[in-house]
Formats: sequence, C-alpha cells, structure tokens
Amino acid sequence: MRGATRVKWAAGAVAVALTAGACGGGSSGGSSGSSNGVVRASWGDPQNPLEPADTNEVQGGKVLDMIFRGLKKYNPKTAAAENWIAQSITSSDSQTFDIKLKSGWTFSNGEPVNADSFINAWNYGAALKNAQLNASFFEPILGYAQVHPNTSGATAATKLSGLHKVSDTEFTVKLSSKFALFPDTLGYSAFYPLPQAFFTNHAAWLAKPIGNGPYEIQSYTKGTGMNLVKWDGYKGSDAAVNKGVDLRVYTDNNTAYTDLQAGNLDLVDDIPASQLKNVKSDLGSRYINVPAGIIQTISFPLYSSRWNTANSAKVRQGLSMAINRQQITQQIFQNTRTPASDWTSPVLGDAGGFKQGLCGQECTYNPSKAKQTIQQAGGLPGGHITISYNADTGSHKEWVDAVCNSINNSLGNQNACVGAPVGTFADFRNKITNKQMNDPFRAGWQMDYPLIQDFLQPQYYTNASSNDSHYSNANFDNLVNQANAAPSSSESVSKFQDAEKQLVIDMPAIPLWYQNGSAGYSQNVSNVFLNPFSVPVYNEIKVK
Amino acid sequence: MGRYVIRRLLQMIPVFIGSTFLIFFMVYALGDPVAALFGDRAPDPATAAQIRHDLYLDHSLPAQYVHYMGNLFKGDFGVAFNGQSVLQLMGDAFPVTIRLTIVAIVFEIIIGISLGVLTGMKRGKPVDTGVLLLTLVVISIPTFVTGYVLQYVFGVQLKWTAPSVSPSAPLNELILPGLVLALVSLAYVTRLTRTSIAENTRGDYVRTAVAKGLPRRRVIIRHLLRNSLIPVVTFIGTDIGALMGGAIVTERIFNIHGVGYNLYQGILRNNAPTVVGFVTILVLVFLIANLLVDLLYAVLDPRIRYA
Repeated sequence: MRGATRVKWAAGAVAVALTAGACGGGSSGGSSGSSNGVVRASWGDPQNPLEPADTNEVQGGKVLDMIFRGLKKYNPKTAAAENWIAQSITSSDSQTFDIKLKSGWTFSNGEPVNADSFINAWNYGAALKNAQLNASFFEPILGYAQVHPNTSGATAATKLSGLHKVSDTEFTVKLSSKFALFPDTLGYSAFYPLPQAFFTNHAAWLAKPIGNGPYEIQSYTKGTGMNLVKWDGYKGSDAAVNKGVDLRVYTDNNTAYTDLQAGNLDLVDDIPASQLKNVKSDLGSRYINVPAGIIQTISFPLYSSRWNTANSAKVRQGLSMAINRQQITQQIFQNTRTPASDWTSPVLGDAGGFKQGLCGQECTYNPSKAKQTIQQAGGLPGGHITISYNADTGSHKEWVDAVCNSINNSLGNQNACVGAPVGTFADFRNKITNKQMNDPFRAGWQMDYPLIQDFLQPQYYTNASSNDSHYSNANFDNLVNQANAAPSSSESVSKFQDAEKQLVIDMPAIPLWYQNGSAGYSQNVSNVFLNPFSVPVYNEIKVK
Repeated sequence: MGRYVIRRLLQMIPVFIGSTFLIFFMVYALGDPVAALFGDRAPDPATAAQIRHDLYLDHSLPAQYVHYMGNLFKGDFGVAFNGQSVLQLMGDAFPVTIRLTIVAIVFEIIIGISLGVLTGMKRGKPVDTGVLLLTLVVISIPTFVTGYVLQYVFGVQLKWTAPSVSPSAPLNELILPGLVLALVSLAYVTRLTRTSIAENTRGDYVRTAVAKGLPRRRVIIRHLLRNSLIPVVTFIGTDIGALMGGAIVTERIFNIHGVGYNLYQGILRNNAPTVVGFVTILVLVFLIANLLVDLLYAVLDPRIRYA
C-alpha cells in the first residue's frame, strides 16, 4: 500500500516538473487585444512629481516627452537636434543667443506658447527654493549663481538675469561663458515651456499636467497608471498616429513580460534579465535591442592616496586591458551591452563625436600586456583592489564578479580583485559624493542630450557637477574650453575628441560597455522603435 | 474580560511606540535618501540642502522622530517622494491587500482545516500519506516559483484568468494570487489540524461523547474540532499580520499595488515616511490580531477564563 502511494506521488512530482519545464520554452499565445487604437504600454512609477525640471529619470521623462515639445527636438533616428518650436536660434559670439519662436503654438488648455512660457519655466527650474533636481541644467545661463546660491537659506534673486524678452515670439539668452553647443541642449525636458496654469494652480497641474505635445493626459492615478489621448490641437509635424497610450505601472518587469505574452499588453520597454535567453524565441522580430546613450565605467577615486601616485595611471591602463569586455557582454548580458572603446556612445553618430576605437589598445583585452604594464608600474596598490557597487538594484554583482574574475585571470592572481557590495543605492551614492571611496566603483552615465559635451564635461572637467573621480587635468579643461568656444559644431566636436584623448593617458575611468535599450511588442502594434534615449517613440506606433 | 481587554490595549502603547522608534531609526540607518534622488549624478549641494530642509531631514534624528510622531498624532503620515501623501497611499493600498488577505485566509480555513480533519481522522491511510507528502512539497517550493508557474499555466497557457491583476483588484481576480499567497500557510494549517485532531481523538471527552451515542458528525465538529482548533487559531491569527506584510513576492508577481509593493518601493527609494507609516499600521494589525486570538481561546475552550 505504502509503496504504491509513493509511486503515485513520484509520478505526480514528475508531472509537476514537466509542467514547469514546459514553461521555459513556451510560445506566446495569439493576441487578440481589444485596444481600440490605443497602445497599452508598461510603465514604472515616476520617482518625483511630474515637473519638467524635477524629472531626471526615464519613467517620468517618458510622459514629459509625450505631452511636451521644446525649442528643439532630438530626431528619434539620428539624434540630431532640430528646431521645433524655435524658428531660429542664432548667435554671433557663442555666448548670447537670439531665440525666435514659431507662432501659433498653444498648450492643450488653449494658452499660447510664447517667450514668457519659456522664461517663467526656466526661472522656476533654476530657483533654489523650488529645489528642482535638474536645476543645474540652467547653470550656463547668466544669473544662475544669484537665483541658486551655494548655501541654502541665503536670500536669492528670483529671475535669471540672462533671460530677456524681446517680444511674444522672441527672447535672448546670455550665458556666463561661451558654450557653442548650448542650442543643442535645449531639447532636454528641463527646458520645456510651462503654461500659466502651472504657476496659478500648481497642485491641480501636478495632479494632471498640461503640456503642448502630441498627447494630452486624460486621467492619471499615481502609482497605478496614466491614460494619454491624442491631442487634436497639436501643431507639430509629429502628431500621434495612434489614438492614445495607456501607461500601466507594473510591480515587476517579469509580470509585464508575461502580460505581453498573454496579449494583455502591447509594449514592454524593459525586458527582464531572466527572460533574455528566451526573448528571441518568444518574440522573434518583435524584440528590439539597440545601443542607447548610456555608458558604464569603472571610476577611480583619484583623491585617494592609493590612486594619486605617479604610476597609478599606468595601473589603471593595465586594469583596463585586463578586462575581457567581449566575453562579459556576451555571456553575462546576452549581447544587451556593446564593448566600449571610447567615453561617449554610438548614438551620437560619427558627426556627433562618437569615435570607435578612440581609446585604442588601452581598452582592448590583452592579458599579457596588462600584467606587464601593472608590474612595471609597481603592481596594484596594496596588492589588491575592490570594485564597489550597490547591491539593491540593477543586478551589478554578476558583472562586477565577472570583471574581477577577468582581472584575476589576466594577472594570474586570484586575490587581485574582489567585488565590494554596498547595501543601498543611496548609501553607495553618499559614499561617492562624500569622497569616502578608496578603491574603484561602478559608474553609469546616461546622457541628457545627445552631445559629446554631455559625456565629457559633467564627468571629467575640474570640479564639474558629476566628476565623481575628482579628475583634474589642465590640458583636458583647456581643450573643453576651446571646444565650447569653437565657432561651429564640427570644430567643437573635434576639440572635444582631442580632450577625450587625454582620458586615455590618465584613465580616470575605465570604459566598459555601452548599454543597449531593449523593448518587445505585441502583434497588435507596428512601427515600434526606440529614440536615442532608449525610450519608445510612442507617437509613431501604429495600432492594428 | 473587559478589564483584560483594557489591560491588553494599554500594553499596546509601549509596544507601538517602541516599534515605530526602531523602524524609524532603521530606515534612517539605510542612508541619506536625497543622494538617491539624483540617480548616478552627483547632487547639487544647494538643491540637496533645500530638499533636506523641505523634508525636515536637516534636524537631528531624535528631533525628526519627535516631529514625525507629533504629526502622526495629528493624523499626518507625511508625504512620499512622488508628492502623494502617505495617508492616501495607505488608503489605496490597504483595501487591496485586505481583500487579498481575506481570500488567502478563506483558502487556509476551508481547505486547510478540512484536509486536516480528513487526514487526522484517517491517520496512516493512503489519503493521509498523500496529503502529508503534498504539504511537504508545497512547503519546500518557494512562493515565487509557485507564483510564476501558476501564473504562466493559468494566465498565459490556459487563459482562465488574466496573468496580472487590474488596478481596482476585484475579488475574482485575486483568487489565484490569494491561493499562491495561502499555499504555504495552508500546508501548515493542514499539518497543525491533523496533529491536534489525532491527539484529541484519544481524549476522554471524545470517548464520552461517542459513548453518549452522539452522531459522529456532531462529535467531530462540536467536540473534537472545537478543542483541536486552538493551535490552528493561534497560527492563523498571527498569519494575518504576516500575510499582509509578507505579500511582497505575491504582489510583485501578480502586479497587485498593495501594502507589500508600497513597502518595497519605499525601502528601495529610502522613503522613510512611506515605510514607517505602513509598518506602523502593520504593527497595529499584528497587535489587534493577537488580542483577538487570545479572546477566541476563551470561546473555543471553556476552561480558559480571563479576569
């Protein structure tokens, strides 16, 4: 009797195992969604209130890009900054810019988009008392130091003195120093115009933001989702080709992926890492995997005595050559990263300043040369290093361990490098900001606008806002200054590339790989592609 | 009885203050939340200082705690980083999680106790061995595995139900998540009931009841089950609190925007008001559930009296 029972249950267990196994290679069921011309897309809860100058992450940025248009728009395919609301932006000295607006643009509540819409929005974004996360984007404008003093509580001016209204359709911007590429930064969401309604009834505006873009918000339930509908009064040439977009907040990207397979969702723009192996068989050509404007590096604390010696640049170069980028991007990331050979991103394009192989042999895997270089430079400081990362999000452990493994194998020393997890992202960032690092740490940079300047200046210019390494080199700074003052974009870009070559010599950060943007979509929609910021271009999506 | 309840309610006050204090300090120990707001870029010091000032983070930790508790007694639970008041977040999240918990508890009671009685009465029989083995399997498989497997089988392959729960989370969509959430506890309830029943079938009062000639059904339900339920009630009572706070995994898998999900977001973003607010309510739920369990003892077992 007992034996028979056991057999029965063993058979049951096998059946369960088979069912579970079948899930791995499962095919997606036919989708027959009833979406009525509306795109159903996955979303994450925005971290901050949806104000243009307070949104610095992609989930909030997604919405702002649907409901707003700025002076310029980055071409979703080429990343070039094109005039949008701006009729023209001209300057004779790269310091004072004359901006003329196209007439006839309005916000979806009927208010006109005029010079005041921009000036008021920018003054709001820059003012210290509003504590906007993107305030530093207004730093180049004359008068920023007065509206945003370094000490909180100091009495501050309320208006940027560099902004002057000429007429309803024209205003001028005076910068505190020359910055040739300034007009190209104006496509960023921090520079979007704001209607009077934003200032007169702020709470109501935040509950249901009003913009001037191809969509307007029909309903917004924080933490749950948002319904956007096509705005028929939109003036631009990129009006939505679908009837609207339903953004749904998912607790977990795996669940969103399952919903996509079940036909309850049309678009997922974050393929879970655990599904990368199956995604090609599940979705076939409906899986997108293209480079994004994100570069991952290992940055060094150049303020630490371990890393500021005469030979330590050689050690850093050696470490860079000890990392097998190709193998790690294939095996750990399933080709959702592309090995890096410079400090920018392929989305810039050759004209924008991306140059494949700029780093040269210093960023090419060469274990014997790596070992030799490090030995000649006196070895690793203290005989071994650690690489810090935050353990709470982003699953960094896997690749940090792989990088350390690669370094250990190249140097023939299994104790040369270990990963050093820090509990939370907040704690990790605090340690970096407070200069408490003694060893390299992981760093990621997502571009704000597709310019080579945005990859180099904020991170490597002396005392720049995100110079976590505290790198300082007179030649680099000088070349960046020259690039900013250059009379044309192409000359500016080539000067920036000259500056970038200084990074090869000093190696303040080791370029690892360019991150790709990924997305998957259902059979219900077509013409899905990602813009240079790896956000789906919602207004171009066609619904069957 | 009344005095006992009042004494228990008074005891809750120090427990409540102590636990909120501990949670507040633990969340604070996770680090400065402002740095995380800026993502991978270094925060602009003046802006960061202004945000700290706005969030009352520029005061000493005890001062922050006093400030927080002061607001709490005025009914103000603070504001989450995305600008929503925590009270509103709780108003959205708790009804969903309570519905989910009710579904799970109903599964535990109906299936768990029935299986427990069945196996307890038929000790050593094939049905007993089978159910015991099954509970062992359920206990040893982690919730996220059963969650994803059942979601895939019923949601994607068979299409009996949607794989994810819609924002309003009606009861009929919560049946599968509720079952997943209940499974492990259900297995424990089955085992507890079985053991308890098995012991009590040998009790004098059962023999007396049988000797009196009472119908078998009445013996089992009125006499045997009632006395056997004490450990089970204790377990289910404490499980209410555990299910509400511990539904993080299930809520994530089935896209349920409940307490677990909000807590997870709060911890991830280092958002002290959200975490402390939710945990405070969970502590209250725990305390009250425990009190109710103790009172239920007296109902179930006439020998237990509270003065």
